[in-house]
Amino acid sequence: MISKKEVQHIAKLARLSLKLSEEKKFQKELSSILDYIEKLKKVNISKTEPTTHPLKIENIMRQDKGQKRKNKKLLDLAPETQKGHIKVKSILK
Amino acid sequence: MNLEELTITKAHQGLKKKQFSALELCKAYLDKIEEGKEVHAFLTVNESLALSQAKKIDDLIAVGSEMPVLAGLPCAVKDNILVENVRCTAGSKILGNYIAPYSATVVEKLKSQGAVILGKTNMDEFAMGSSTENSGFGATRNPHDLTRVPGGSSGGSAAAVATGECLYALGSDTGGSVRQPASFCGVVGLKPTYGAVSRYGLIAFASSLDQIGPITKTVEDAKIVFEAISGKDELDSTSVSPKIGIQKLKNVRIGVPKEYFVKGMDKEIEKMIRAAIKKYTDKGAKVIEVSLPHTEYALPAYYIINPSEASANLARYDGIKYGFSKKEKSLIDVYLQSRGQGFGAEVRRRIMLGTYALSSGYYEAYYLRAQKVRTKIKEDFDKAFSKVDVIVTPTSPTTAFKIGEKTSDPLTMYLSDIYTVSINLAGLPAISLPCGRIGKLPVGMQIIGKAFQENIIFKVAQLYED
Repeated sequence: MISKKEVQHIAKLARLSLKLSEEKKFQKELSSILDYIEKLKKVNISKTEPTTHPLKIENIMRQDKGQKRKNKKLLDLAPETQKGHIKVKSILK
Repeated sequence: MNLEELTITKAHQGLKKKQFSALELCKAYLDKIEEGKEVHAFLTVNESLALSQAKKIDDLIAVGSEMPVLAGLPCAVKDNILVENVRCTAGSKILGNYIAPYSATVVEKLKSQGAVILGKTNMDEFAMGSSTENSGFGATRNPHDLTRVPGGSSGGSAAAVATGECLYALGSDTGGSVRQPASFCGVVGLKPTYGAVSRYGLIAFASSLDQIGPITKTVEDAKIVFEAISGKDELDSTSVSPKIGIQKLKNVRIGVPKEYFVKGMDKEIEKMIRAAIKKYTDKGAKVIEVSLPHTEYALPAYYIINPSEASANLARYDGIKYGFSKKEKSLIDVYLQSRGQGFGAEVRRRIMLGTYALSSGYYEAYYLRAQKVRTKIKEDFDKAFSKVDVIVTPTSPTTAFKIGEKTSDPLTMYLSDIYTVSINLAGLPAISLPCGRIGKLPVGMQIIGKAFQENIIFKVAQLYED
């Protein structure tokens, strides 16, 4: 069983606000899923390599040049813009 | 002629022979969508765009142009695949007003053939779910029984094909999201080999598992759509052009994994799959029992890998660049509130699970271990496929369940993907096709193939259909 404090910590790491009632609910649900996942400990993996992708992925290179794309369309999707830039809250006081 | 009951080949011939126009075809399907409001397969219907696309095809037919097979044929696209200038929500309130700035490669490919895109179909939020009940815009219902779910997460696409609201549809499959709804709705659904179809313009969920696939009425139709959308794409570095040429098939060898026919499977479903396998034996196929010993570990490994990748992919929804943004005084509160209020419960659950599995101190115990188990699962398939051409299993342990039946316990919902997730972990292709009904509810059979041998799957599936 994970603790309420752990739930709060994970929510903070994931940048998710939680209501008090939700903390309890997620605590219960996440614990039961994690209990189920414990099963994996029964597999002998001492000599096994991890698989990140089903295929062997190869790097693909291109010229490091800027591309003019659909800037206006993309900017139009942002909640706040100013002079062709996305506006963000100040982070320095 | 009943225009909603056509297959792709028949509709194509009908257009060519001028038995009906593309505009008539398009209108018939738009009417059907209007009639099917109760099923709620669509989130967005693109009436004017669809009609104008159809009109263009009629003009080309009038001047005698050569028509690609999908030209003028009405289709539907799952709402996590971008169609330029059309709203794309991924079933989430956080993207409720998001207008796609470009089209996915698969959509460009369909458009280049002259496909008519009717609209966008309902889904579980960010494709997280097995019933389409997790949609931020209301559940879709199973057209065979409105009190039941259509499966998920591509439930809208499967229901739309089953009701004749489109000729074919695109879905996406991360752990069974094309095959399981196809099974519940009595249609055909293909999950292609990882890398066979470009994921550019598919809203990312779990990037090492996601694939776009067709949902159709027949195996032949699935083959046509698969051929139209597959191939290497410069815009997706994980897409590949398969090196395998035409594969011949003689005296097909069918593997039946003993680990799949154990407790938990509905007895009636088992009977039907056994009968389907018998049909193959009668047609001269050789049936061989195979073993996939790590089967029971597939689901727990999947529920580490999938949420881990999802938690990283969904970090982009920050209330800054696009999507729902809650006005707050500080940047951290913009993040917390936009994400906390914009995402539904299942999405938040998976983000938290993934964040936990990847967090300092837990990474090796969870994520790395799951990736190693993934290797074991892949090796099981490699071994089995040294003896057989395809593996046949049920697609789902049950038929369509009741709306609300599994929403209270997330783990119960996860278990409905028990026969499909290992295929995504191994990156293999698999199809679900109807093999009978229990009462009025369809049952699906899953045929799994070797990587990039979709052609073999189609042949074996057609052998059953004939």
